[in-house]
Amino acid sequence: MSKDNPALIESATFPRHVVAEIQRAARTGIYDIRGFGAKRALPSFDDLVFLGASTSRYPLEGYREKCTTEVVLGGRFAKNPIHLKTPITIAGMSFGALSAQAKESLGRGATLAGTSTTTGDGGMTPEERGHSKILIYQYLPSRYGMNPDDLRRADAIEIVLGQGAKPGGGGMLLGQKISPRVAQMRNLPEGIDQRSACRHPDWTGPDDLEIKIQELREITNWEKPIYVKVGATRVFYDVTLAVKSGADVVVVDGMQGGTAATQDVFIEHVGIPTMPAVRLAVEALVEMDMHRKVQLIVSGGIRSGADVAKCLALGADAVAIGSAALIALGDQSPEFDEEYKALGSAAGFWDDYQAGNDPAGITTQDPELAKRLDPELGGRRLANYLNVLTLELQTLARACGKSHVHNLEPEDMVALTMEAAAMAGVPLAGTNWIPGKSSF
Amino acid sequence: MTEINLNTSTVRSLNEALQGAASGGKFSISNTGGKHAVSVGLTTAINVGINGHVGYYCAGMNQQASIAINGNAGPGLAENMMSGKVHVTGNASQYAGATAHGGLLVIEGDASSRCGISMKGVDIVVGGNIGHMSAFMAQSGCLVVCGDAGDALGDSIYEARLYVRGQVASLGTDCIEKEMRAEHKEQLEELLKQSEMGHNVDEFRRYGSARKLYNFDIDQVDAY
Repeated sequence: MSKDNPALIESATFPRHVVAEIQRAARTGIYDIRGFGAKRALPSFDDLVFLGASTSRYPLEGYREKCTTEVVLGGRFAKNPIHLKTPITIAGMSFGALSAQAKESLGRGATLAGTSTTTGDGGMTPEERGHSKILIYQYLPSRYGMNPDDLRRADAIEIVLGQGAKPGGGGMLLGQKISPRVAQMRNLPEGIDQRSACRHPDWTGPDDLEIKIQELREITNWEKPIYVKVGATRVFYDVTLAVKSGADVVVVDGMQGGTAATQDVFIEHVGIPTMPAVRLAVEALVEMDMHRKVQLIVSGGIRSGADVAKCLALGADAVAIGSAALIALGDQSPEFDEEYKALGSAAGFWDDYQAGNDPAGITTQDPELAKRLDPELGGRRLANYLNVLTLELQTLARACGKSHVHNLEPEDMVALTMEAAAMAGVPLAGTNWIPGKSSF
Repeated sequence: MTEINLNTSTVRSLNEALQGAASGGKFSISNTGGKHAVSVGLTTAINVGINGHVGYYCAGMNQQASIAINGNAGPGLAENMMSGKVHVTGNASQYAGATAHGGLLVIEGDASSRCGISMKGVDIVVGGNIGHMSAFMAQSGCLVVCGDAGDALGDSIYEARLYVRGQVASLGTDCIEKEMRAEHKEQLEELLKQSEMGHNVDEFRRYGSARKLYNFDIDQVDAY
């Protein structure tokens, strides 16, 4: 239409969503705060493909020959490492950001699938602990709800230095989601905006972190694996310092990672995509001779078994999912389309997690909305989804002739774009060229 | 009284012994040598006497135990303490009592910067001065300072109460001086008594939150 009518040619610099944002900013005087993750197109795992076995490689028979998926995390120093049936874990999400029913659903689903789930800011709820066979306890800057009893009740401890949606930023749980229970757990008045600090209150830098890890190990009798989670930025150095500080497991969260409430400008403009982050993290581990000794968990926009397989092929030990897990529970469901529309959105587009009025009853503290999610059904859906991801992962691994998903390697993949080739460190399809590493 | 010498015992074996001790037990620790994570994660009502200086996170996450340090303490003293009592005869470094939820922390000497940062219910009594940015984002509990307070006291404070006897270099954002009513004098008197600080409550001023930044208000954006 625009070709026929020059008056309707849309500006590439000022497309409609940019115009709308300028108008919104002028109207409200405040930046846009929203949930979900980065929405713009980024170099992604879709730009990588596997080279299945053929004459030069030997595939494994689907459904017949074993392709194992078990993974052990945290055996470097901890007495009790984590054993998972599948290398797909549930990322940290808080009670407060999510309803108690949603947290319970995550625990149920993860447990059915044989994997772990993770607390978030605000502490550990009994529902979550009770329904999660393997629960990772996040140790966050705010220390909301942080207590040594829960630390000892956890199966592992994840020290959070940052997250992919906002590396270098803290959090904000807006007043509308501060129910009496959330307020009580965080020791703050009801209804006020709760700021989660951007850095830890009692240490500065990696030398202090090493001592902090020692303290946590002393408090928990050296039983619990210690994870260190970073948002993907200077990944090589951050992973190196985390390992040097004594981490058992490093978690790297790419910029596609989700959030419950962050400024849009932060979500879209800080951090690097997950794909190059995996490569950089693995390079750091290999250089320290710590690859597979300190495990690497990767998160940020993982959607399918193909994404999982590509992360593992690049050298990750496991992945974590957040946004995709919420969608599996029922977030974005067409069943609530009319209600999403009444809120100015639509099923598949909803990102106002901060608002507390989620029609799906997941990112809310409204008791009536929260009741919409049946934790048993939610857990079943999540388990189904996790099982599908695992089956897809095995399908790809068998096609590459691997009897364990950790045997996938970069050599099994090529890139479809120069950007992906450079970021993932695999050759551009049809060439031996890895930009930055070899000449064309 | 069980004596543990850190010249011959490791911090690991020390903490294992303390964490497994039944209430009422008494321990004396010597030759601390500035070691880190000494006497952390205790859960029972035992008495621990520490002779010498300690490093980071001494008495971290304490529950019920009474820990007396005859010396100075490094950063993060009694961080995230839940209950019990921690008493230091000397000075404490940065972040003393950080995020602590309960119990009583007494520092006879000075405390450095960020004392009581994000405190969540602990009572802290400092005999000397405290450094800058103390009680930053302090949520609840009391911070009593018998000497002077550094810059930006109580920045972004929530519901914690601050009592200062000496000078305050400056108040942080949203922190204001408040009226000392009878209930505050009574509370302060009790804290001074528990910590054996012989000061008159009338010499103190009270500071707390103006509560103007509890919900985001674009008109308050210049506060930062």
